[in-house]
Amino acid sequence: MDALLLARIQFASTTLFHFIFVPLSIGLALLIAIMQTMYVFKKQEVYLKMTKFWSIFFLINFAIGVVTGIFQEFQFGMNWSTYSRFVGDIFGAPLAFEALLAFFLESTFIGLWVFGRNKLPEKVHLACIWLVSIGTMLSAFWIMAANSFMHNPVGYVLQNGRAEMNDFLAVLTNEKLWVAFPHTVFGSFATGAFFIIGVSAWYIYRKRDVDLFKRSINIALLVGFISGFGLAFTGHSQATYLMHAQPMKMAAAEGLWEDSGDPAAWTVVTNIDVENKTSTNRIDIPYLLSYLAYGKFEGKVEGMNTLQEKYVLKFGDGSYIPPVKTTFWSFRIMAGTGGLLILLSAIGLFLSYRKKLEESSAYLKLMVPAIFLPFIGNSFGWIMSEIGRQPWVVNGLMKTADAVSPNVSAGKVLFSLITFSTIYFILGAIMVFLFVRVIKQGPHEKVKEDVSTSDPFETGEIPHAAK
Amino acid sequence: MQLSELWFLLIGVLFVGFMFLQGFDFGVGMSTRFLAKNDLDRRMLNQTIGPTWAANEVWLVTALGAMFAAFPHWYATLLSGYYMLVSVLLLALIARGVAFEFREKVESERWVKTWDWSIFLGSILPPFLLGMLFTGLIHGLPIDADMNMYAGFLDIVNVYTVVGGLTFVALSYLHGLTFISLKTTGELRERARKEALKWYVMTGMMTLLFTILTTVHTEVFSTKGSILIPMYILAGILYGVLFLQLRNRKEGFSFTITGIILILITASFFIGLFPNVMISSLGAAQNILIYDAASGSYSLRVMTIVAATMLPVVLGYTFWTYYVFRKRVSKKEHLDY
Repeated sequence: MDALLLARIQFASTTLFHFIFVPLSIGLALLIAIMQTMYVFKKQEVYLKMTKFWSIFFLINFAIGVVTGIFQEFQFGMNWSTYSRFVGDIFGAPLAFEALLAFFLESTFIGLWVFGRNKLPEKVHLACIWLVSIGTMLSAFWIMAANSFMHNPVGYVLQNGRAEMNDFLAVLTNEKLWVAFPHTVFGSFATGAFFIIGVSAWYIYRKRDVDLFKRSINIALLVGFISGFGLAFTGHSQATYLMHAQPMKMAAAEGLWEDSGDPAAWTVVTNIDVENKTSTNRIDIPYLLSYLAYGKFEGKVEGMNTLQEKYVLKFGDGSYIPPVKTTFWSFRIMAGTGGLLILLSAIGLFLSYRKKLEESSAYLKLMVPAIFLPFIGNSFGWIMSEIGRQPWVVNGLMKTADAVSPNVSAGKVLFSLITFSTIYFILGAIMVFLFVRVIKQGPHEKVKEDVSTSDPFETGEIPHAAK
Repeated sequence: MQLSELWFLLIGVLFVGFMFLQGFDFGVGMSTRFLAKNDLDRRMLNQTIGPTWAANEVWLVTALGAMFAAFPHWYATLLSGYYMLVSVLLLALIARGVAFEFREKVESERWVKTWDWSIFLGSILPPFLLGMLFTGLIHGLPIDADMNMYAGFLDIVNVYTVVGGLTFVALSYLHGLTFISLKTTGELRERARKEALKWYVMTGMMTLLFTILTTVHTEVFSTKGSILIPMYILAGILYGVLFLQLRNRKEGFSFTITGIILILITASFFIGLFPNVMISSLGAAQNILIYDAASGSYSLRVMTIVAATMLPVVLGYTFWTYYVFRKRVSKKEHLDY
């Protein structure tokens, strides 16, 4: 295998793995901040217990999210040095801002939040978790600002052989950023919410700490439901954006080779034949694609063959069609999970409102595997977005094949691919192990061995300070 | 001063800040093996850096982010050229980063031991590797006319760079020990001070050896002598004073001195580099200058404005955090770790 392919595999695998933890951190930070706020204002012990219980998961997850994120900051320079030289001017700036504005905020205030419980006034302590939550979202904003440049390059001028920034405001107001950032954040809220819903459902089903988990699930159901709608709404804006900014991705996501009719129908499933450039056995919903693309029930959508001809004229010979099947099916899996999120959280809210949640064992059991739905949606959303951009690394400006480091051999990439995959696999396994363990233990704080007894040199009464 | 020079300075400051702050974190991590006698010791040691080590690591991430944004060519040449070293550095930082969180989660000896090793290796490898990297930077590396570095094993690992790495390990350990004697109570506090005295001569010799090798292998003392020689003399004098401070149990002064020495040594690399960001061993014509590596003036202006606004805020809450956790860690208080 050549260095390019290995570097691509590494980018895909490390980024997808990193993005298991990131949305859960963003979602849980918000939900925990809400719970702690309820404790501070309602003064009911159950909310404190709740906050502490969910924060165990949050902290384990956050730690893995941080360490898998460090590699991302270095990876561009290591594997993609040609890309880094070309875009550093405009792509590096948001990354630097992410570190300066978000990473410091998150890491400092999470330290204060964890270790400062007995040292800070209650409301200052509460402010810490809100700052962590804001930090996670700021981080998402800046990395999305960088990523948006790859899809929809704006605010730059080509000079000195690279893309140099000439309009920072344009970078901040990139249309792609403002459809993708809220979409990602809603996806993250849904991830945190469905995690809490699933774990709470398991406890309620087992009749353990029902009061605490009913309160947890209600908060999470509401957040999940709102996020589901947010996802659908922002997803629709993404489609509208794609139509004029990245029509090839849209056409690939539809398996649309020739131009559609007017109004355009949306294809539910089809049999894509990449070799012969046809899609057969389509099952269509009339009008829907026009609506997705333009927000009205008319307008035709260009097919990949038409776009390919246009791009050859514009950019020269070569194929400008991304992997169609991957783009097509990723889109459907993502949209499908999104629909399920809305449906499941709506049912949960309804059951809870009717006070029937405890008896609905089928629903409770179903919500445990439903924990995975947002993760699936997040991953396939990214696969659709990034695969659908191929063969470009920066849409219309630089191809992925031209972006790798010329001085890094396949062997080196293979070494880091294997070592990082191994350590990531171990981290993932540990996380699952710890999560299951914490869930089995439940929300009752285990009394830790008195620190004084573990020290052979210390004698006398040393009370274990209260938490 | 041009903006590109300002950003070179700023990135230097970020690396210096990182080595000062994370330096004692690394030292504390090393002392969990060299100094600690039992589990309680280790928990207390971890607790001394618990609230702040993660934020200290962000200095490195920010330095890299700023390098990417302000000097794309520096970022690209350095990271692709030092591919294997950086890979190992990151693996070590990953191992350490999760270990503090995982260590207390399961009460089994094997589990705890595993994460103790993670903390130790994750604390001793990064200063060693970064020391090698910095030393390589001023020594010069095989960089071609396209700014690509094709380094062989011996370009990266040789006597000089290994001594540079060990110097950083030794100085970080000493810095960690003075930090521990400042942040703990009782027997551990005293033991840390004694350990620092024990390693005093070794660390001094190592740093001296590094300085001698630097005069042999690089030109920094002849080109930047007017700045570097006074800096190294100052470091030497301070190192002498450190002995008295350690003897007289002046913990605050001891910590300040080990910190200043780390700052001086780390800063000397960036002074040595200036006005290059990378020095080529294939000929001075292929050195990468600050001005050639830098981003356009527009991005540098935008970044300067953002950094000038935000850095004081970041520094403000960083100081506040150290103020909140200013008390010594004692056995009597609740340990979160």
